[in-house]
Amino acid sequence: MSKELLEIKDLYVNAGETEILKGINLKINKGEIHVIMGPNGSGKTTTANAILNNPIYHKENGSIILDGEDITNSKTDEIARKGVFMSFQLPEEIPGISVRNFLKYAKNKITGKPVKIFEFKDELKKYMEELNMNTKNMDRSLNVGFSGGEKKKNEILQMLILNPKLAILDETDSGLDVDAIKTVSKGIEMFKNKKNAVLIITHNTKILHSLKVDYVHVLINGKIVKTGGQDLAKKIEENGYAQYKY
Amino acid sequence: MKKINIEEINRNIYNIKNKDEYDFKIKKGLTKEIVEEISKQKDDPEWMKELRLKALETYNKLELPTWGPDISELDMDEIATYVRPKTKLNNTWEDVPEDIKNTFDKLGIPEAEKRSLAGVGAQYDSEVVYHSMKEELMKQGVIYTDMESAVKKYPELVKQHFMKCVPINDHKFVALHAAVWSGGSFVYVPKGVKVDIPLQSYFRLNSPESGQFEHTLIIVDEGASLHFIEGCSAPKYNKVNLHAGCVELYVKENAYLRYSTIENWSKNMLNLNTKKAIVEKNAQVDWVTGSFGSKISMLYPMSILNGEGAKTEYTGISFAGEGQNLDNGFKVIHNNKNTSSVVNAKSISKNGGKCTYRSLVRINENAKNSKSIVSCDSLMLDDISMSDTIPVNDIRTDDVEFSHEAKIGKISDKAIFYLMSRGLSEEDAKAMIVRGFAYPISKELPVEYAVEMNNLINLELEGAIG
Repeated sequence: MSKELLEIKDLYVNAGETEILKGINLKINKGEIHVIMGPNGSGKTTTANAILNNPIYHKENGSIILDGEDITNSKTDEIARKGVFMSFQLPEEIPGISVRNFLKYAKNKITGKPVKIFEFKDELKKYMEELNMNTKNMDRSLNVGFSGGEKKKNEILQMLILNPKLAILDETDSGLDVDAIKTVSKGIEMFKNKKNAVLIITHNTKILHSLKVDYVHVLINGKIVKTGGQDLAKKIEENGYAQYKY
Repeated sequence: MKKINIEEINRNIYNIKNKDEYDFKIKKGLTKEIVEEISKQKDDPEWMKELRLKALETYNKLELPTWGPDISELDMDEIATYVRPKTKLNNTWEDVPEDIKNTFDKLGIPEAEKRSLAGVGAQYDSEVVYHSMKEELMKQGVIYTDMESAVKKYPELVKQHFMKCVPINDHKFVALHAAVWSGGSFVYVPKGVKVDIPLQSYFRLNSPESGQFEHTLIIVDEGASLHFIEGCSAPKYNKVNLHAGCVELYVKENAYLRYSTIENWSKNMLNLNTKKAIVEKNAQVDWVTGSFGSKISMLYPMSILNGEGAKTEYTGISFAGEGQNLDNGFKVIHNNKNTSSVVNAKSISKNGGKCTYRSLVRINENAKNSKSIVSCDSLMLDDISMSDTIPVNDIRTDDVEFSHEAKIGKISDKAIFYLMSRGLSEEDAKAMIVRGFAYPISKELPVEYAVEMNNLINLELEGAIG
């Protein structure tokens, strides 16, 4: 088994007429946590969406390889079933479908195996308690009427249940208070092992106070302009992104 | 919790056509001779024969509605109004002829009876072919029988109520119904008797170029309660079939009636049905309606809240696909003080289907301290489908609480992407969103029907992508 989990090669992506990503290159190995940081509008969310092949973005050039397989043009659900998960910045509200039924259904689709009702409920309950979530929420409609923090925790819950190879967390820390960020970090640590990887996308550094990461990439204007370790995040915290603008 | 498997369904079960075999099929068209012949075939008492003939006159005088979907393709000269199947009324499924029984078997009717129903009636073309009820209900004085038997066995009760809640001149298709009606169910629940498990009638129209005109008359006496379910389906033919049934419900003081319908007529059916309920003091009627089939549907159940404190709730969903125009809704008349009505209507349209919610809320001057809350919500699955809301609100007193809320929206690409990112295919994602949208309605249906409704949603969405 190769160590390499994800490789993005020379990726150019447009949204409508606008060129957003202008040649992204990124390699993520199993067992690693990567962070992409950058100011608003630099292409962070586009990168996440491009990996999952959101049809509103168009890939002009480049390729995305997951575990040796080209997923550049695969459909979103196929990519998800191959092991990519994304925590959404603004999770959608789906009325009439409970968190529990939704996740049971999704888990069945991802694993291709029947989900045992009682085992599943226990698993769900365990993770919800770990994430300081109200376990009653499992029977509420998916994200409907959830607070911002509840929605974000619900995304982390989904990550834990669906257990992907690669979890992309798009601004999962934004808008959260210190305690909630700690809970999210705890969720990531619970998830993380030698066989999977995490890609955190964020515009600030708060989450890096409670989480140890392997690589930090700085994304400016559709390109990765700098890659470093955790200390790079610290520099950005002190000096901002201005030093990278050109 | 019951295990619900939403994947397994055979779309063909509704479409099985039996050979057009019958004992008697009246010639097509609508004339005095034809109505007289139907009356003779049914061995009507004199008053019923007179009622039929008077209704025919009324039919000939009335015009087609000048509003709503275009039904000019309906040519009564091409419709056989009476088709008697090759069997008598049976009390056990064993006695029902094989091909007819097979049809109902495939629709799950005898199974449902064993599992969860207090009684079942099954109509095939123009006649009821099976009727039965649990013995303990019989002992309590509950009557559940086919309409023809009721006319003969309970003449006073029928005469007092037949076409009284829905007058013959209500509109053209009511008059037509009254002239050629055949089949349907009669239910009487005596004072204080609570029927805990539902009664169900199932209507199946097999014969091509024909009409079904069943009459349902239900009387729930003081303090009694009942849940009645009607299901309807038909195989698809190239030419139009017509359904112009009539439902009359009498809900007496302190009584409760829940009337659930799953309408899954084939897509060559014109469904021009009429349903009304008269609700007396502190009584309540609840309508639960799922409308999936038909080429054109014009169906507006009506609650007439005559008694003080009378209540009604309407919970309905319409799902229109290609070539369908479902013009459904609800009417309520508040005729006394402290009455209340709650409406929760939803519609889904796709592949160019059209759904209209058409409603009337009238609160008369004497209906002080009444309230009416209407909410309707439409979901369109693509750019070529249509949805409309046409409410008429006629409020004649200030002392009321009234609200009307209407929302029309398109299925969200963002929501589809979100669900697909969790491993659901585009079809699964759409079906889940639609099921969720329909959930407030489907949870009100009996569980078998909720499952059927989800199956129908999945069926309707199959191949909808592209």
